[in-house]
Amino acid sequence: MKTLGKYFIFLGSLFNNRESFKTYFNLVLDESVSIGTSSVFIVAIVSTFIGAVTAVQTAFNIVSPLIENYIIGNIVRDMTILELAPTITAIVFAGKVGSSIASGLGTMRITEQIDALEVMGINSASYLVLPKIIASLIMYPLLVILAAFLSIYGGYLATTLSGIATPEDYVYGLRFAFNEFTVTFMMIKSFVFAFLVSSISAYKGFFTTGGALEVGQSSTKAVTSSVIAILLADYFLAQLLLS
Amino acid sequence: MITFENISKSFEEKEILKGISGEFKEGKTNLIIGSSGTGKSVLLKIIVGLVHPDTGTIYFDGRDFTRGDKKLRTSIRRDIGMLFQGGALFDSKNVEENVMFPLDLDKSKSKSEKLDRVNWCLKRVGLENANKKMPSEISGGMKKRVGIARAIVDDIKYLFCDEPNSGLDPQTSIVIDELIDEITKELKITTVVVTHDMNSVMGIGDHIIYLAKGKKLWEGSKDQILETKVPELHDFVFASKLLQNMKESS
Repeated sequence: MKTLGKYFIFLGSLFNNRESFKTYFNLVLDESVSIGTSSVFIVAIVSTFIGAVTAVQTAFNIVSPLIENYIIGNIVRDMTILELAPTITAIVFAGKVGSSIASGLGTMRITEQIDALEVMGINSASYLVLPKIIASLIMYPLLVILAAFLSIYGGYLATTLSGIATPEDYVYGLRFAFNEFTVTFMMIKSFVFAFLVSSISAYKGFFTTGGALEVGQSSTKAVTSSVIAILLADYFLAQLLLS
Repeated sequence: MITFENISKSFEEKEILKGISGEFKEGKTNLIIGSSGTGKSVLLKIIVGLVHPDTGTIYFDGRDFTRGDKKLRTSIRRDIGMLFQGGALFDSKNVEENVMFPLDLDKSKSKSEKLDRVNWCLKRVGLENANKKMPSEISGGMKKRVGIARAIVDDIKYLFCDEPNSGLDPQTSIVIDELIDEITKELKITTVVVTHDMNSVMGIGDHIIYLAKGKKLWEGSKDQILETKVPELHDFVFASKLLQNMKESS
């Protein structure tokens, strides 16, 4: 509870003694480029293969001749949009961007760079962390959209190239009984996960004490805590918005 | 002048500073000395506002830094420059950007004015041609020089240095000490240096405060320190064989 309280105080401190809008604008642009470019490759690889594997495993589980092949596209679509694209990408995002945020801030802390900002009269939490959170809120939903597209396309490639189903069947399955709210749900999840990963990782990194060993520990804790928070939020959002 | 009264600080159960009072003389190079773990750096961080004291008050030229409102504290902070132990340069910025950083907070100056000031500061610390170098490309001594340039770039009144000689060879240490002392006299600022290096004490110590076990045990000048009767300070000063031999031969 003490840690949770400290986390909320930390979040509140991001909005005290802020710098000018222009300063944040430039920092957010830099962070967005950094966050986007550092994770786009791994997100693309993971989501393409997850889509392909989902398609193949769905086909493997269809044992009844009464179930038509288009159901593969249908299941890949719903699995991807509802769960795989936002959640698996969030776990990848936590490992790649979350650990980078925590170790970067942790290194700044132990090398007194954060103290240097404070001495200059700058709110270091706001200056360093707020742009990272905003950049994550911008970039992560874009990564999720990309992941969803690549996952569905990965399923298409796996299905059609191996002859499990025809392209027409797969595309028909994608269009069959489509509920637009699933996309809204995916975007809500992506904003929540982006906030959780960036803020938890920043919190862990910002309060690092000690030396290089502790920076590594902060980075590991950031990933672990972020993943737990993602899974909890995933469950509660599903309960809240789908049940 | 910087005055501090009854400063105490504990971390968890451990009492680091026990009701320390004193003052740092205006326009002088003031030193806080003592063995490792006596609370020198904690006192310095309390004075610059990085650590909040459990008790006590700090005044910068009569302005209450501990209890003053946010506006007052910010205005005092704008008068403070600090050199950190490792330089604390921003890794992602080059030397020029590091030194310019405090000026970027002031929107009233043009880019060329800022650049002129940065170049003057870099020249003053002997780093005329290092503008585009990254912190990872320069030596420890150069990092300290860049740290000094960044500390003085914004017309400061008070300069704080946390162990400026740590990690430096003896010759570079003397150069950094002399640079700090010259800048103090030249810019007419009040400087506070935390050190446990007796070369620094004898070289630049206009006014010295000695801490031991969280208490202030002695205060004076470098001329008086060799005649001290405080046993802890005597042991600290004459820990070096060189000074012992000097004392015996005189």
